[in-house]
Amino acid sequence: MILALKKTPLYDAHKSLGARLVEFAGWEMPVQYSGVIEEHRAVRTSCGLFDVSHMGEIEVSGPGAFDFVQTIMTNDIERIEDGQCQYTLLCYPDGGVVDDTIVYRYNKDRYLFCVNASNSGKVFDWMKKQADADTVVEDVSGNYAQIALQGPKSVEVLRGLLDTDPEDISHFHFHIGLVGDAEALVSRTGYTGEDGFEIYLEPGDAAMVWQALMDAGKKSGILPIGLGARDTLRLEMGYPLYGHELSEKITPLEAGLGKYVRLDDRNFIGEEALKKQAVEGVKKTLVGFQMKDAGIPRADYEIRSGGKKAGWVSSGTSSPSIGKGVGMGFVEPSLKEIGTEIDIMIRDRAARAAVVKLPFYKK
Amino acid sequence: MEFPKDLKYTKEHEWVKVEGNIATVGITDYAQDSLGDVVYVELPQEGGTVTKHEPFGVVESVKAVSDLYSPLSGSVTEVNDAIIDSPEAINEDPYGDAWMIKVEVGNDSELGDLLTAEEYQKFIEEEK
Repeated sequence: MILALKKTPLYDAHKSLGARLVEFAGWEMPVQYSGVIEEHRAVRTSCGLFDVSHMGEIEVSGPGAFDFVQTIMTNDIERIEDGQCQYTLLCYPDGGVVDDTIVYRYNKDRYLFCVNASNSGKVFDWMKKQADADTVVEDVSGNYAQIALQGPKSVEVLRGLLDTDPEDISHFHFHIGLVGDAEALVSRTGYTGEDGFEIYLEPGDAAMVWQALMDAGKKSGILPIGLGARDTLRLEMGYPLYGHELSEKITPLEAGLGKYVRLDDRNFIGEEALKKQAVEGVKKTLVGFQMKDAGIPRADYEIRSGGKKAGWVSSGTSSPSIGKGVGMGFVEPSLKEIGTEIDIMIRDRAARAAVVKLPFYKK
Repeated sequence: MEFPKDLKYTKEHEWVKVEGNIATVGITDYAQDSLGDVVYVELPQEGGTVTKHEPFGVVESVKAVSDLYSPLSGSVTEVNDAIIDSPEAINEDPYGDAWMIKVEVGNDSELGDLLTAEEYQKFIEEEK
């Protein structure tokens, strides 16, 4: 059986912009328009527009919602107010990761989780299983298209279209209002390391808002950005991508995400296993590294130390900002110190690299 | 997209220019366009040998790794080291500055298996 790929409401816009489309998590998505490097630079120096409508959205509501949310997430929803959002992991009892997500707090009884496209079905089923009669869990992915506006010019571009000054939306806060004539949830969040916004709106409004943003950004040199540059931008920041730095077999502590795991006075799924791991120490840990020899590290390449297997590369690329091969990977904790030399096995050749501090890209 | 008539082509998207017993090899305009921004190239050593249909090197875009397949068998007489330092030349001038290797042809009969510009163009139309 061949399942047809899903198309976002911006599919026609991508086609007319000359995008190269690829399959991603069951969706037909733009991987690039004008070129990965040019798009990457536009986001670092000006701004870019991303169609991220493939992301899943799950709404949790009801009188039991607060307790439910606290039970499933490693971060602590009590630390944010209504109108704020928070990055968190969702874990299995053994500490492996179900997904990483941003949770939006409308109020104590209502939340929206933005989950990875590849995981949305799995996360929804898993949440349903944990929910009691006082909590409603709904897959509302079909109700939303999502557009990300990212880059230092984002505020300027959004200013004329939003019904409030975008500068008034603080980092990890959100505003519900109008973009042009379209109702939208607009958060000061992103996956690029730049200032920017993520805009959730009705699928039927997506094409109009996309075009309005492209027009508003014209004098700033806005470009549409594909998944190729989305990946290099997040990689330069050392941000994890599920399936690479996170999985059912990797805990948040191993992935270096301990600050999103609140173990004090909490009671969430996976807490016991993570507490134990926090005390005993991890057996593998995520590091960033930069190539010293020629070559580009890629996911699943072997990492060696002293000629012996010592880990694997989880993500790698040629960094458009620093012009070098960079990657992240899991190694034995003895190799995690900055400056430690490791070998990356590139086509049976050992290429030297050194462990460096994340992020790779600093302003 | 250009496919010069004086070149021969392969289904693996390499081009070949034959002059006497020396064949110059590179990748086609279609190949560079499909790859996107090329950021890394690995080529064989001068004096080494290449074998028809076997990988002789690698090109990497930001996103992916692709093998280069030799259109012919023979010994490598010259390598274009300039593209190792400036791999973007492969996107900019695939048939000119970004030639990759020159091969002394070991077996003339292999030349007959190469595609003409028309045949290659027809092949990529069908592949799309």
